[in-house]
Amino acid sequence: MAKAQKPTSNHGGLLPFYEALQLIRQCEERLGQLFADGEVPGFIHLGIGQEAVSVGVMSVLGTQDTIASTHRGHGHALAKGIPLDGFFAELLARADGVCGGRGGSMHVADMRVGMLGANGIVGAGVPIALGSALAHRNRGTGHIAVSFFGDGALAEGVLHESFNMAALWKLPVLFVCEANGWSEFSPSARQIAFDLEAWSAAYGVPCVGVDGNDVVAVAEAAEKAVALVRGGTGPVLLECRTTRVRGHFEGDAQKYRTADEGDARDPIAIAEARLRAQGIAESELAAIADEVRARIDAAVTKARASGPASFAAARADVYTPLVLGEAC
Amino acid sequence: MADLRYGAALNRALADAMAEDGDVIVMGEDIAGAGGSFGVTRGLLDRFGAGRVIDTPISEATIAGAAVGAAMGGLKPVFEIMFMDFATLTMDAMVNQAAKARFMFGGQCSLPIVLRTPHGGGLSAGPQHSQCLEAWFAHVPGLKVVCPSDAASAYGLLRGAIADPDPVVFVEHKGLYARKWDAPDDLAVLPLGQAAVLRDGRDATVVCYGAAVHLALAAADGLAAEGTSVEVIDLRTIQPWDEATVLASLARTHRLVIVHEAVEAFGVGAEIAARMADVGFDELDGPIVRVGAPFMPVPFAKGLEAAYQPSAAQVVAAIRKAMGREFSQEA
Repeated sequence: MAKAQKPTSNHGGLLPFYEALQLIRQCEERLGQLFADGEVPGFIHLGIGQEAVSVGVMSVLGTQDTIASTHRGHGHALAKGIPLDGFFAELLARADGVCGGRGGSMHVADMRVGMLGANGIVGAGVPIALGSALAHRNRGTGHIAVSFFGDGALAEGVLHESFNMAALWKLPVLFVCEANGWSEFSPSARQIAFDLEAWSAAYGVPCVGVDGNDVVAVAEAAEKAVALVRGGTGPVLLECRTTRVRGHFEGDAQKYRTADEGDARDPIAIAEARLRAQGIAESELAAIADEVRARIDAAVTKARASGPASFAAARADVYTPLVLGEAC
Repeated sequence: MADLRYGAALNRALADAMAEDGDVIVMGEDIAGAGGSFGVTRGLLDRFGAGRVIDTPISEATIAGAAVGAAMGGLKPVFEIMFMDFATLTMDAMVNQAAKARFMFGGQCSLPIVLRTPHGGGLSAGPQHSQCLEAWFAHVPGLKVVCPSDAASAYGLLRGAIADPDPVVFVEHKGLYARKWDAPDDLAVLPLGQAAVLRDGRDATVVCYGAAVHLALAAADGLAAEGTSVEVIDLRTIQPWDEATVLASLARTHRLVIVHEAVEAFGVGAEIAARMADVGFDELDGPIVRVGAPFMPVPFAKGLEAAYQPSAAQVVAAIRKAMGREFSQEA
């Protein structure tokens, strides 16, 4: 292999995207391995194939913009800027985890970077994002809230309530549907009766559809959508058509899937093709992948060195100690 | 001192909390323009504006979920659920989101949310507009549950609930809204978790909350005429409940009765009885007796509903049973 060489140009902004895609992909591949090795307790849902949605949308958000995520939320958390050490320590259920090892994959959150939490309940993050948008507006922060949900969540009642309420109140919220075609173990086509764009139009919410596997396309569409939301005209729906490469959860035998789903359009391969067209050297791409791998290695090493989550600390955090008494 | 209605006390508590803290917002169905189904939020829209007094669509699940997100963003939402029966629609947001957020995010945030809602029968409102579901919420770690019995405590506890950093389910009794009590002009803010001994007694302790407090007081009055001295404890906060005050009273009277309008089975009374049978076993000189509704939905017909709701006579009978005198007196 040619010696890796750090790139000297960011190739029109594409290199930071590529690095972010690599970070999410490699983190999740590592998590898959750690899970198989028994180092990650519980169960995890990987978003391999969907990374461009997180990277593209987050590229147009600031730290104080807020996001409410899903059970498939690693990419959202990482793209929003959750520290890698705290992320891996959380997934490995350690005391140094960003949530003290009490949340794990399905509840990873970091309020400091506006990540209001992954969520174990399908669709439950949608009204949380709505409320966050209400807080942004009432407190005059100028920030927006973003609600990520999958196409499976389109069948949840709160999603319909939230679209109505957000449109009614013209709240600064961006709805992002990560349409991977699956509602857990069933094709969404067998679960959802309506066409997303027509449905959204019924609420008066503009819908922008985009190839969710092309990070540049997502970023451009998100930029337009977010500009509308920041402009105060109300919510926008960004439909990102994407691919769930893995099962619903790690260990899912996926007997419900067939080989004829067509080629997954890999977001990393698409980004690499764009970079190659711009003349990037293979060694530069390799350097990025290597650097990301080294960061992950270091974070996993640190996580393994962290102590187990504390039962006493957990028990003491059911309610707020009254001396604090302050909201986050 | 002046006459103060329960509903007016709640209204004043909301107004005072909003005047004091610009982050307090009030939301719910018909609470702004219409002033709320029971008039508790009347006048708030004019005083604080539509940005802070927010009429919502009929979307209980999303109102509660939005309260979670709003609290994460620094607001202190107080939302009304028109009847406690409709709080069943808020369960994901309350039980899976609000109750867990502080814990599962490692103490990163607190959620100062208040869900205000009326429970209880007496209006012939039927099986879906009369239930007392407080035990459902009291069972969930991370939620607090409050239920005031009169105007002054309604004011004080609602202020306390709004000031509290954690999610609170604040239960009001429909039958109390229009009742009035003598109350001081300068109403106190009451901290959660503290019961009040409303009446001292030496022969038996009755623990109760909400409208059931008035059944207990009536029963105590009746028994006083025959020389039985009953202590009445208004729990005020159901979760976390004031175990120390109940235990101290039991240590004086050695007899315990628990009264609530909610269905008796698996209710708040069951928890208090079980705890006292454990930590207060040596103090007990008789069976712990509960008075609650029978295990059936709340009926609509007036006569059926009256038979369903606990009565002062049932409380008297329960006290006698706790004192080992169930077959004496009465006749």
